[in-house]
Amino acid sequence: MGLKEKILTKSLYVFHLSSGSCNNCDIEILDCLTPRYDLERFGIVLVGSVKHADALLCTGSTNRLCVPRIKKLYEMMPKPGFVIAWGACGSSRGVFKDSYNTGSPLDEIIPVDLYIPGCPPKPEAVIAGVKKLLDKVNAVKKK
Amino acid sequence: MKIFEYLFMFLVFPGFIFSSTIGLLAGWVDRKLTARVQWRVGPPWYQNFVDVIKLLFYKETLIPVNVSKPIFLGMPLLSLASATIVSTILLVISRFPQAGFLGDLIVVIYLLMIPAIALMLGAFASENPLASLGASREMKLMLAYELPFIISVLVPVIKCGYAIKVGDIITYQSLHGHIIAGASGVISFIVMLLCVQAKLGFAPFDMPEAETEIMAGSYIEYSGKALGVFKLSKAILLFVLPVLMIILYFGGIGFDVETFIKNVAGYLAILAAIVVIKNTNPRVRIDQAVRFFWGPVTALAIISAVLAYFGY
Repeated sequence: MGLKEKILTKSLYVFHLSSGSCNNCDIEILDCLTPRYDLERFGIVLVGSVKHADALLCTGSTNRLCVPRIKKLYEMMPKPGFVIAWGACGSSRGVFKDSYNTGSPLDEIIPVDLYIPGCPPKPEAVIAGVKKLLDKVNAVKKK
Repeated sequence: MKIFEYLFMFLVFPGFIFSSTIGLLAGWVDRKLTARVQWRVGPPWYQNFVDVIKLLFYKETLIPVNVSKPIFLGMPLLSLASATIVSTILLVISRFPQAGFLGDLIVVIYLLMIPAIALMLGAFASENPLASLGASREMKLMLAYELPFIISVLVPVIKCGYAIKVGDIITYQSLHGHIIAGASGVISFIVMLLCVQAKLGFAPFDMPEAETEIMAGSYIEYSGKALGVFKLSKAILLFVLPVLMIILYFGGIGFDVETFIKNVAGYLAILAAIVVIKNTNPRVRIDQAVRFFWGPVTALAIISAVLAYFGY
């Protein structure tokens, strides 16, 4: 593990993008920052602007109106950046799979680095998922 | 080789490297204390270093299409340079009180204004509506807090026999006792604490970068190196402003063991006060902030200046 990977894994700024979610996942994101789980221990903070972000956290079933915006936000994120698909809808459109206004799942729009399943995911699942993401960042170096 | 000596002072000690290190550590104290107030654990001590190194060396710097590049990228550097010059001036003068020049206190006050102005210009240059909103709030806030800030700086000046040299203020206090001992000193210290809170952009005066309404406001278009440089200059300000308060009210930075420990304790106390005010107050609206600073705070500052004039 080089210095770059060490630095990138110790400080993860997360931008929260809701593409038509039912708000349940969004509440669960806030749970991760509360005293019980406290993701700031690992240097993970929510930021207001996508230009500060290292990770794009997508919740919701990616409806048709959101698709161009998701692409734009992905392009605006400074690289290296990661994309996290959050919840059942973010990963695979969930129960809205056959709906008329959900065009395509998130990973057909932008490259996704991490899927966190659940409806909504528990904070424990989030911490386990973030650990996987950090392992993935380290694995890039080894290749 | 005078020039190398100056460069060393500016870049290493007590300038850029020293003050940014202390400032980032102070930023960690802020985050850790905030976490403890909220019953969380908080980040490890190296967190702010990691953040800034990540932004400075490993992230892409995006520049919006139509901006003027010299202004957009130059303003972070201007902000960092002026904050560094202030820390150099203040620390060199507290070591050698005679090293200053006539009116260096005024220069310090001017230079402390520049980071806010640089942030404003950079935000206006970025052509983002939210950034412009943040910048206009920053400007109003600056107009609000500069008036009581300057009046409260007048108190040490008056009490030290109209000295506008930082060195003279330090020497006077070592002979006649600290400014904070008098009634006027206490009042103007409180006023200055509130103004420092606004200068640092901490709650309740953090509306220029209100994350929940205008998404980081003035910083919204900044990324990578430019954002990292802004963060560094904010860190240096977090170190420099309490040091200025210690110099003006507690008799300057001492370099023997006893005074040094006292100074560190004083610095931590001021920092803790700022962080506790930040954590126990909600964000106010910009008009409330202007009314607060021009009303009761300015009145307090004038009272303290009058008290100082009559020698209390």
